[in-house]
Amino acid sequence: MSQQAQPLDVERLREDFPILQREFDGTQLVYLDNAATSQTPEPVIDAIGDYYREYNANVHRGIHQLSQEASVAYEEAHDRVAEFIGADGREEIVFTKNTTESMNLVAYAWGLNELGPGDEVVLTEMEHHASLVTWQQIAKRTGADCRYIPITDEGRLDMDAARELITDDTAMVSAVHVSNTLGTINPVGELADIAHDHGAYMFVDAAQSVPNRPVDVEALGADFLAFSGHKMCGPTGIGVLYGKQQILEEMEPYLYGGEMILKVTFEDSTWNELPWKYEAGTPLISQGIALAEACDYLDDVGMENVERHEAELAEYAHARLTEHDDVEVYGPPGDDRGGLVAFNLDGVHAHDLSSILNDSAVAIRAGDHCTQPLHEVLGATASARASFYLYNTREEVDRLVEAVDDARQLFA
Amino acid sequence: MYRQQILDHYKNPRNYGELEDPDIEHVGENPMCGDTIKMFVELADDDDTIERVSFIGDGCAISQASASMLSGELRGESLSAVQEMDRDDIIDMLGVDLSPMRIKCAVLAEKVAQDGVAIHKGEDVEVTKTE
Repeated sequence: MSQQAQPLDVERLREDFPILQREFDGTQLVYLDNAATSQTPEPVIDAIGDYYREYNANVHRGIHQLSQEASVAYEEAHDRVAEFIGADGREEIVFTKNTTESMNLVAYAWGLNELGPGDEVVLTEMEHHASLVTWQQIAKRTGADCRYIPITDEGRLDMDAARELITDDTAMVSAVHVSNTLGTINPVGELADIAHDHGAYMFVDAAQSVPNRPVDVEALGADFLAFSGHKMCGPTGIGVLYGKQQILEEMEPYLYGGEMILKVTFEDSTWNELPWKYEAGTPLISQGIALAEACDYLDDVGMENVERHEAELAEYAHARLTEHDDVEVYGPPGDDRGGLVAFNLDGVHAHDLSSILNDSAVAIRAGDHCTQPLHEVLGATASARASFYLYNTREEVDRLVEAVDDARQLFA
Repeated sequence: MYRQQILDHYKNPRNYGELEDPDIEHVGENPMCGDTIKMFVELADDDDTIERVSFIGDGCAISQASASMLSGELRGESLSAVQEMDRDDIIDMLGVDLSPMRIKCAVLAEKVAQDGVAIHKGEDVEVTKTE
């Protein structure tokens, strides 16, 4: 059950993130690029260091003590991640390189084998390239079609259109949970129900939701769900694919090699049990263990609290930025969005804006945020994006707004 | 990075617009940023000396100011002089420090001019873009 959200003790949390103390020319960093990658707290940095200092060894193949310790920690990391998102157990948690690889794993292992002419994959106009390009290309190779659920003027999914687009020809619905550009929180549970009514699978791109709100795969009805460690206080180089056990058992492997096999002869091979069947070769050992530590860290903070904190910052930033008519903010209203705000200042290209903000030590993202087709729908080639996390403050949002004022004056 | 001169060229671009009957007309883009520059060149009777230059474009201040400033610099130059330019010439022209991510914005106009000249000389150019 969801608990009552509590205000975060941000000042204390900030002490866990040494990088936030960095200064540029005497000005303290304001890091507002968390949707791209989050900063890493000391316990997670320590988890990586401890692994290499104390029990670095390959997993699942040594009898010696170090290998046993590493194997146990690596396996238990799967249990920890399973618990974090409400999965049944480690069998449903595959460690990958990132969200994109998780997408590709399913697209290759399931899509290439199961899709064909007449089949449809239903996506949304606000998909990240990770999902859009992957399904687009797999559809091309298999003769399947991609359909896109349009967005409304307010930047929400047009659910009436979704109900018409998802039919008995639909084999997969793949939708982003929280848009990395619009900040829209999509009703993926409702999409999953529609998908299941038509016998289709539901893939949730949770790269921008697992880091900052409670996510329960069973409550969502997701058949697959993907996210990345580096956006949730974890290290780079690790992502997660959640898949329902029965589906993962039926699917063919994606990568072949060591670790993923049970028995090998010159003629044939059989596959290891879940999830190792999908983790060929030496896996992401230190990263997996550190990701489990990140789950501990976030649960200590409380995901309800993170969600509320981010929503408050996003609402505040939305309100401050739109005090001026020359700022266009994309996506839903300020009180109903994830913790990010993408915007454009009239007459100033997003890259210029980002450069000027950088002069004030304010780090944001500028560009197309890997959603080029969405930007075409929005009629913009690029946008600036400020994205918040548990350690950001209202004062930092003020610093952002002041720097935008500087740009406004410079270009006036 | 945003010296007054660059902002001035961005807000009041020189030689902006299309030439009616150009000897060289070429477009390029910076796909990551969405910057586009199209340059037009008229040559003197020697088919080598640049008489008129203009450009149209869309994008960030660095890319557009660079095109505006370059359009002034190119007048009177020979085609081989255009081809001999390198990115240091552009950085000197702009007179500011550019981060590696922004250099590609700055050199787009130069690349468009050079590829346009190459095409005029009968060379194959696939697509003009800066990465």
